[in-house]
Amino acid sequence: MARFNHGRVLFAGDAAHQVSPFGARGANSGIQDTDNLVWKLKLVIDGRAPARLLDTYSEERVFAADENIMNSTRSTDFITPKGAISRTFRNAVLQLAGEHAFARRLVNSGRLSVPSIYAGSSLNTADADAFAGDTVPGAPAEDAPVAIDGDPGWLLDALGNRFQLLVYADDPTRVDLAPLAALRAAPVAVEPIIVGARAASLPGVRVLHDVKRLVARRYDARDGSAYLLRPDQHVCARWRQVDAARVAAALARATGND
Amino acid sequence: MALNLNPNFNEAGKRYFRDFAPGDDFYEMLIAAHRDLSADRSAVLNAKLIVLLANHVGDLAVLREALARARDGT
Repeated sequence: MARFNHGRVLFAGDAAHQVSPFGARGANSGIQDTDNLVWKLKLVIDGRAPARLLDTYSEERVFAADENIMNSTRSTDFITPKGAISRTFRNAVLQLAGEHAFARRLVNSGRLSVPSIYAGSSLNTADADAFAGDTVPGAPAEDAPVAIDGDPGWLLDALGNRFQLLVYADDPTRVDLAPLAALRAAPVAVEPIIVGARAASLPGVRVLHDVKRLVARRYDARDGSAYLLRPDQHVCARWRQVDAARVAAALARATGND
Repeated sequence: MALNLNPNFNEAGKRYFRDFAPGDDFYEMLIAAHRDLSADRSAVLNAKLIVLLANHVGDLAVLREALARARDGT
């Protein structure tokens, strides 16, 4: 299927794309389709985004389906080679893999399903600031252990179902809360979440404590860094400092309102 | 320089997010190059490919090591 939206009919899961039954691809991609679709559909139904936002459901999930099918096709071709020369290469790789690291990486016994990185999505705001690592605009949020009010927990459990601005702070009590409050009051609300290098408690704002400094490492975050996250936990923009106007522009872009 | 036996596939200007991805890209290209060829013509393709890549490597010490390792266990 070349696109997953046809007028008011939206296709998802096996109705939109069929994949080989291994690598946990069928169920995962079906759930990811709905993760991608439902927040967009809600914004359109509520009149807070134009109908063309649904085109990006097709754009992002066709890309993901193609990636899924490519990976499962490659695994199938390695596991059950078609033709004598394919079998010769496959067996040569297996022999070399006994001794050599490079050949072990070529052994394709099935690449487990992982969420797609929508790096080329039209909903992303391109980086203006330099960041290391793979949490680029379009990538799914990485998990990390955090403490919430002193209790151990996980970052991903605090993310999703709404737009959120993750703000990293060495000292959460020094974060300027005024621009964050304005974002929360916008028509498409953005919930601020502060991740602190030290524990703190603030009125009306969730504060997570980066107990093992793994949020800082996995997001290449330092004091002031901010990530704008979509309701499906994908990154859509990031900056070294919060600037309310730039956050609002990125939010407009991520909702088709630009 | 010694023969590089660590993962080394990459492409200039392309960003890979999975460590297996560039190797999988190469493997697919390799198998696709042989598609619809007879066994004889596949063997010729392989021979030409080896000569092309050997010239690109150039260093006879590296090629000697690669030949020895390829012959191991055959």
